[in-house]
Amino acid sequence: MTSRSARSTPSTSRVALWRDARFWQWAGQGLAVAVVGLILFLLWSNLTRNLQRLGLEPGFDFLKFQAGFGIGETPIAYQPTYSYWRALFVGLVNSLRVIVFGIGLATAVGLAAGIARLSRNWLLRQLAMVYVEILRNTPLLLQLFFWYFAVFLSLPKEGEINLAGISISNAGITLPGGLQLSPEFSALLLGLTFYTGTFIAEIVRAGIQSVPRGQSEAARSLGLKPALVLWLVILPQALRSIVPPLGNQYLNLAKNSSLALAVGYPDLYAIASTTYNQTGRAVEVMILIMSSYLLISLVISLLLNFYNRSVQLVER
Amino acid sequence: MTSKPPELASTSTVWHWLKRNLFDSWLSSLFTLVCLWVVLYAGWQVLDWLFVKAEWAIVQQNFSRLLVGRYPPQQYWRLWVVLALILGLGGGLTWYGIKAKQKPISVFTLTLYLLPVSFLLVLWLIGGGLGLPIVNNNLWNGLLLTLLLASVSIFLAFPLGVLLALGRKSELPILRGFATAYIEIMRGLPLIGILFMAQVMLPLVLPGEWRLDRLLRAIAGLVLFNAAYLAENVRGGLQSIPKGQVEAAKALGLNVPLTLALVVLPQALRTVTPAIVGQFISLFKDTSLLSLFALLELTGMTRSILAQPQFFGRYAEAYVFIGLLYWIFCFTMSQLSRRLERS
Repeated sequence: MTSRSARSTPSTSRVALWRDARFWQWAGQGLAVAVVGLILFLLWSNLTRNLQRLGLEPGFDFLKFQAGFGIGETPIAYQPTYSYWRALFVGLVNSLRVIVFGIGLATAVGLAAGIARLSRNWLLRQLAMVYVEILRNTPLLLQLFFWYFAVFLSLPKEGEINLAGISISNAGITLPGGLQLSPEFSALLLGLTFYTGTFIAEIVRAGIQSVPRGQSEAARSLGLKPALVLWLVILPQALRSIVPPLGNQYLNLAKNSSLALAVGYPDLYAIASTTYNQTGRAVEVMILIMSSYLLISLVISLLLNFYNRSVQLVER
Repeated sequence: MTSKPPELASTSTVWHWLKRNLFDSWLSSLFTLVCLWVVLYAGWQVLDWLFVKAEWAIVQQNFSRLLVGRYPPQQYWRLWVVLALILGLGGGLTWYGIKAKQKPISVFTLTLYLLPVSFLLVLWLIGGGLGLPIVNNNLWNGLLLTLLLASVSIFLAFPLGVLLALGRKSELPILRGFATAYIEIMRGLPLIGILFMAQVMLPLVLPGEWRLDRLLRAIAGLVLFNAAYLAENVRGGLQSIPKGQVEAAKALGLNVPLTLALVVLPQALRTVTPAIVGQFISLFKDTSLLSLFALLELTGMTRSILAQPQFFGRYAEAYVFIGLLYWIFCFTMSQLSRRLERS
């Protein structure tokens, strides 16, 4: 200490600016802001110039105009004379419909397949593995095309295939109680369910395997039946490691529902795409698509965080 | 998983195996019977369809179109050279990694050096120029385009992903904010939306003189999207590096960039290699979305073939065939990444 202070002159005890780490930190951040700002500015100025050249006045006023196109499935009242705004809202409701049912069904399928992959029954285990390995390793879009064109549109007319009150035909699925699902909705729902189900199955399997063996041995020695061991002892503990990655799969399913376009189901993205084709309003449509999907993702994340907190172990 | 292969020494062990694995309890027996019925019924239906009902003319007549699209046949030799190059390189690196006695540099570093070089070589062979006749990129279709799209995109997304991951782990709040915002927004959006943005918005936000063709816009979309996911993978790797490593590097007098380049990143990237392979698999599957944007990659090519009147209605045959192609690649890669994870 003494030798060092003796060498440096007393008046310049401060280190030089370029040897100060804090200076570089601030300079680095300043540079980052400048670069990002410059890029955004350039993009923005190009955008305004290009829009001017195309003669498009930016703004959301066009949403009030008459949409003029029909929509195949309208869970809420809609006519072609209604506004674009209303059409997009119908799309949002359609999206939410398939997301909610898809999440429910995919969880059931995934849970069943995940448990089956660890079953003591050899045949069941192999079947579950074949299901997971085939569907996980092919593109979802291809599966949707397959479900729609090769399955539903190739099915016989209504009334020929009837399983326990569920009628399956080229007009879709009719559930007992008269609930009619269109072929587009059915293809999308089944495609999303079975594709996401494979990923959930793997998560469930890993979750169950993460529970120490002693837990199931202890439960069995208490005299619980295998099904009860799974339901009362293993699954509640496995949930802790299952729920966070499961949430990611729900988010993926919600985002993947935008592939509805491929089978002609009028979801949010499909209707936004039609709106763009009719009006040429790329920027506005883009903003609408982005904000709605971000909002959907956010809501799912929040719900899952809430649920996650309730299953996590509360430690002393 | 846990079952050992049955020993067929005598009938009693067969009986024993059957009893233990298939008829353990009445519930298990019920499952076995139901599964057996499913396997036999579905198996019969599938075989009947494959060999009797299906008409494979659509695949037979369009085989080369599905694989390489409209690439001129007299230039096919270039694709064979590319294939040989990739197989040779892959085989060579595997041999080097497993068998070679002396390793002056690690497999990892060697791959890192060889990848960019071989990549440019492959692009030159396919595209032409510099002495080879030029093949315009609208003629590269089918599986060839699918593979190219996936590998070019992951290749370009990788540096961006590493930068984003470093940004997100940075101690500088503004940098961290930018990186986090980018990653979270991208991950909250569907890929089809990003591709739509790349096709429609990119021409609007770039200077009017820049004409990006459809293929480049598609790649831009895939890169922007995958960089965010790669960043999260790399971040996982960064988090797995013990603090002592950075402190030791600092004690040796390395500055921040050198610490990252020589100490942190090599270790972090090695741990996340399986995750990156996983990301490549999903990118490979995702390229099929480009068929919705008029690109003739494997799925798009199939759709354009299905639109011809002579193949009308042969959806199942076409989709099953290309599904098999996709499956072979994805399954091989996922097995590879599983093996990497274990070693």
